[in-house]
Amino acid sequence: MNIWENIRNALGAIGSNKMRSGLTMLGIIIGVASVVLMVAIGQGTQKSVTSQLESLGTNLLTISPGKASQSNVRFSGGSTSTLPSDDVDAIKKFVTGLSGIEPESSSQQQLIYGSQNTRTSVVGTTTDYPSVRNVTVEYGSFFTEKNLTNADKVVVLGSDTAETLFVDDPSPLGKNIHIGNQIFTVIGILESKGSSGMSNRDEIAIIPLTTMQRRITGSDTLSSISVSVANEGDITYQQQVITAVLMNAHGITDSEDQDFSVLSQADAVETLNEVTGTFTLLLGGIAAISLFVGGIGVMNIMLVSVTERTREIGIRKAIGAKKRDILLQFLVESTILSVMGGIIGILISVLGSWIIKTYFSLDATVAAYSVILAFAFSVGVGIFFGLLPAWKAAKLRPIEALRYE
Amino acid sequence: MIHLTDIIKSYPLGKEKLVILKGISLTIEPGEFVAIMGPSGSGKSTLMNIIGLLDTPSGGSYLLEGKEVGNLNENDQAEIRSRRIGFVFQSFNLLPRMDALRQVMQPLLYQGWARPKAETKAREALHIVGLSGRISHNPNELSGGQQQRVAIARAIATDPAILLADEPTGALDTQTGHEVMDLLTTLNKQGKTIVMVTHEPRVATFAHRTINIQDGLIRSEEHK
Repeated sequence: MNIWENIRNALGAIGSNKMRSGLTMLGIIIGVASVVLMVAIGQGTQKSVTSQLESLGTNLLTISPGKASQSNVRFSGGSTSTLPSDDVDAIKKFVTGLSGIEPESSSQQQLIYGSQNTRTSVVGTTTDYPSVRNVTVEYGSFFTEKNLTNADKVVVLGSDTAETLFVDDPSPLGKNIHIGNQIFTVIGILESKGSSGMSNRDEIAIIPLTTMQRRITGSDTLSSISVSVANEGDITYQQQVITAVLMNAHGITDSEDQDFSVLSQADAVETLNEVTGTFTLLLGGIAAISLFVGGIGVMNIMLVSVTERTREIGIRKAIGAKKRDILLQFLVESTILSVMGGIIGILISVLGSWIIKTYFSLDATVAAYSVILAFAFSVGVGIFFGLLPAWKAAKLRPIEALRYE
Repeated sequence: MIHLTDIIKSYPLGKEKLVILKGISLTIEPGEFVAIMGPSGSGKSTLMNIIGLLDTPSGGSYLLEGKEVGNLNENDQAEIRSRRIGFVFQSFNLLPRMDALRQVMQPLLYQGWARPKAETKAREALHIVGLSGRISHNPNELSGGQQQRVAIARAIATDPAILLADEPTGALDTQTGHEVMDLLTTLNKQGKTIVMVTHEPRVATFAHRTINIQDGLIRSEEHK
């Protein structure tokens, strides 16, 4: 009997018990949909994190205190104070070809205006901040060199922070707010940058570095130095030059003892890709288990179906069906169940990723490879888990099958 | 056509062997209409299954059209069943969820016929049994007599040499049973060899020859 006849028969059998077929397929549907969706979320996250990092500028080098581990992940970053302000002077003096250098000293502080207050990251920096960090001031202005020299108590707020503090006040500019126990005047508000998934870059308060060091932290150490390179192609070279300059400034000769790290955005992207890749694999792996369980469901139902249809198998054998015909009949049936489940699962995952994109502002990209893989896997599941029941059916002795009541 | 010599059939029953057929020798010529009679447990159905290649004998020889078929493997058995033998059962044994036309097409499709050809052939078979008007009915929409006619149409669709009928009227009332027997008689006159198992003497009268079986042995034979 040719395969089309088998498919016709199988569709008839599937259609005659819709409830059971539907439930059997459900296992495969959930399995396939979760594999595709999980991989989509993993990939989407990776893509959005990468693109956000790239939007920060590919010509940016970030110097942080603490030793870099082998895979560029800093373990002790921030906790050690090994980045003195002198390092900025050293870089300015010895490194050429930089378009901006922006030291930062940051600390979490309580901000108070009237009855509103918020805890946010306060960053002390220099006038290079807007150009290096690629931000623009939407209202008012950024602080000037003069503010920096005088250690003036002026502050530029991120858009979210401004909104939180000045929820009742339409004109924040020129108003005085408390940062810690000091009073600062608001001179500007930044344009919104959007959240980067991990940290909200609109929740920030920027003050002159000198003000930060003298009036808030009381220390001249920095939490980081960001450097923008004039020529993007020089980034690796500049990374090496800055490392050498700072090692010299810190009096370190062995790179093993290095107490700072110089990272480019490319390094950060690479690290994050590694992390999100593992994350995607993990999600996909867990989802694959549910697909496997769905496959066992198919086998279970097919086994029941073979027992239930023993007599039918006997009749078919009596009227001339060979082992091969019966084997194919059940195999085609389980494969069709799985394939239909797989197709529905893929449709659901496409719908699901659209919902995630639209309503949860999380990027989910349905990857072609995960669709193909999940589909192939579900066909495989149908054949693999259909094989045992089909074989059981095929080897039934016609006489015993016919006698079965 | 059918030549059985000392056919034995036994089943293991614990340590003992349960012997159903104790040495049956029987020859059936082409075009004969033979009834096998006997009380239940006599072995007549087992004999029928062996003739129909649904079961294999434990001993003895079975020549079908001059060829030894007693110890064929399952696939070769299926092949001969498919081409040379048609079955009619007491409980009709139609396939569920299939209209009459498709029931009758099924054995042809198993032989590898293309669908349009199989359909034409199935329509002819249904015409012969007088069911041309019922081809798109499912088994549960047909009366017992009609279901048995579909089963007969299915049995003859492949043009087998032999029709095996196991209590063909057992599930039918007298009137419909009579009609089915008339149909079998007609088919026999057209050249089909028919072997029928029954326990009703009245049904057996349709046959040319009646073989009585008891305790796994042939006790007597009557010719009409």
